[in-house]
Amino acid sequence: MTATTLPARRFGVPRKYVPVAVTGCLFVAMFVIGGFRYESFATGQVVLNVFIDNAFLLVVAVGMTFVILSGGIDLSVGSVVALTTMVSATLMTGHGWPAWPVILLVLVMGSVLGFAMGAIIHYFEIQPFIVTLAGMFLARGLCYTIGTESISITDPVFTAFAQTRINLGPDLGISPSVLIAAVVVLVAGYVLHYTRLGRSVYAVGGNENSALLMGLPVARTKIAVYTISGFCSALGGILLSFYMLSGYGLHAVGMELDAIAAVVIGGALLTGGSGYLLGTVLGVLVLGLTQTILSFEGTLSSWWTRIFIGLLLLAFILLQRLIGVRRSLRPSGS
Amino acid sequence: MSELIRNRLFWPVLILVGLMALNVAFTDNFLNIQVKDGHLYGSLIDILRFGAPLILVALGMTLVIATRGIDLSVGSVVAIAGALACLRISDLGDQNSVTGVLAAVGVTLALTLVLGAWNGFLVAAVGIQPIIATLILMVAGRGLAQLITDGQIVTINSSPYKLIGGGYWLTLPFSILIVVALVALTAFLTRRLALGMFIEAVGGNAEASRLSGIRSRGVLVVVYTFCALCAGIAGLMISSNVSSADGNYAGLWIELDAILAVVIGGTSLAGGRFSISGTILGALIIQTLTTTVYSIGVPPETTLLFKALVVTIVCLLQSPAFRQKVVKRRARPVAPAPAPMSEREPVTNR
Repeated sequence: MTATTLPARRFGVPRKYVPVAVTGCLFVAMFVIGGFRYESFATGQVVLNVFIDNAFLLVVAVGMTFVILSGGIDLSVGSVVALTTMVSATLMTGHGWPAWPVILLVLVMGSVLGFAMGAIIHYFEIQPFIVTLAGMFLARGLCYTIGTESISITDPVFTAFAQTRINLGPDLGISPSVLIAAVVVLVAGYVLHYTRLGRSVYAVGGNENSALLMGLPVARTKIAVYTISGFCSALGGILLSFYMLSGYGLHAVGMELDAIAAVVIGGALLTGGSGYLLGTVLGVLVLGLTQTILSFEGTLSSWWTRIFIGLLLLAFILLQRLIGVRRSLRPSGS
Repeated sequence: MSELIRNRLFWPVLILVGLMALNVAFTDNFLNIQVKDGHLYGSLIDILRFGAPLILVALGMTLVIATRGIDLSVGSVVAIAGALACLRISDLGDQNSVTGVLAAVGVTLALTLVLGAWNGFLVAAVGIQPIIATLILMVAGRGLAQLITDGQIVTINSSPYKLIGGGYWLTLPFSILIVVALVALTAFLTRRLALGMFIEAVGGNAEASRLSGIRSRGVLVVVYTFCALCAGIAGLMISSNVSSADGNYAGLWIELDAILAVVIGGTSLAGGRFSISGTILGALIIQTLTTTVYSIGVPPETTLLFKALVVTIVCLLQSPAFRQKVVKRRARPVAPAPAPMSEREPVTNR
């Protein structure tokens, strides 16, 4: 891991970009090593498949990035994803609703859930960890109340989204979900870096009291962040329904951990105020490529994925720690 | 009355009593405790017995949270402990040999000590935020547990091992005795010796307590190690009760239940003080809730819904901001009569 940090710094990458650069280098290194080890690995389609298989995680992780940048955490995302698949499957398959109103309804539902959690966190001053934990139980419980069986989705709009392939060239194709995820990433990147809301998110994450004293709308920002995360979770749930074509209460168990891991691997600090959306995208790609490599390897069992993700987390956290220590040792320290 | 309401344990006790009352209304003989074959039986004993692992995990978690930390890895440690113990016992020639089982338990507990020390090392020496430091073991630990059992569910048939989670001793379930012993030991160490004060000092301000001569790092390592040990014993109980180890599902989400138990018990996640009795109450509330949902005849899948409800209510009631905003707002529009004011005052002016 240290070997990859050195070239990044020698080429004069500003220190704040080092974690993102390292994640990027890691992704390229994994891809190159995979290309040498396995036949038919080093093709564009492998990368595109990582996008196709992780489009929903990408969207969820984008929402999580907002929350973590503001210094909070959202444990409810996995359950909201599951609830979204469950509600849309029940309404369409069980009650014959058309697809578009359902999509609109679940998006509103996710946003309202996020809004409610954000409001409780801000106005009643309860830790985000506990509030979103309750939200997680609530959403998962609602799933099981709706039904404990998996419900398949046969709606033509959803199946069309699932089966359509957009050709990008010879033997290269993506699913519409990837396009949606890409749009979400672009919009989120714009909001985070070029709007007042985005700047406020960084400011609140850096120091809430300072942000308040500077006259920034702290309440609005904090609630907005959780609403965005709820919206992204619901959208991620719709993408997962496209991918799985079913609604099930046990979908996306532990996805909140994957999303948090992706954000941390992407170089964001869990204390808030520091990190980039590009890092999150790279973090999701690294997680996805890990799974791809393990499936190419064949002999390694699925639990190695978890161990490997744990090791990656450790490496990146130690790296951040190292950068942090260096920074605080400099007398001028920014 | 006002003294009573101001007590930290007032709301948790009220909720527990409410849940118990619900049970008494819905289940016949809920409060009955019988002696059959020299063992104690009854719904109350069952709540204690099935709640034992949660109480243990929450006990360790209380001390960690008191240092302004959090330990997300306990669920994985539960799985690892069960997996390793069951694997060692299944390798024994005679699964009923007491020494063999003791050796397996010893090795397992030693491993949990190492895991806890690892968490403590990351938090105290490397200086990583606790939530992240333990997230590593939480993610990797499930993989480790499955690695130990090779992805299989290891089943054993060992009567000495069965004693830990499912056996009886002196007419009482053995697991309850373990819990009582550990709680008594913890209470003695933290409330009769200075350790508890050190822990609270570190939680209040780690740097200040270091400057005042407390070994903050040492305290942190001890606390995380103790938490992992508690989780390990809980893991032994869970796997012994079902005579098998499941790396994937053993102890799943127990970390969340444990954190809930601690928070319901009135220990603040901001650290600096803790309440062992509150934690035990919190764990009992969660376990009683599960039992209640079963006994009322509500589908068990909805337990999570009720859990969300209870957590929200208890946390809101305990939040000073909530009391100020809601109770005051309700008190103002009404012309302030002297009698209700005197009752409300202590709640609002904390």
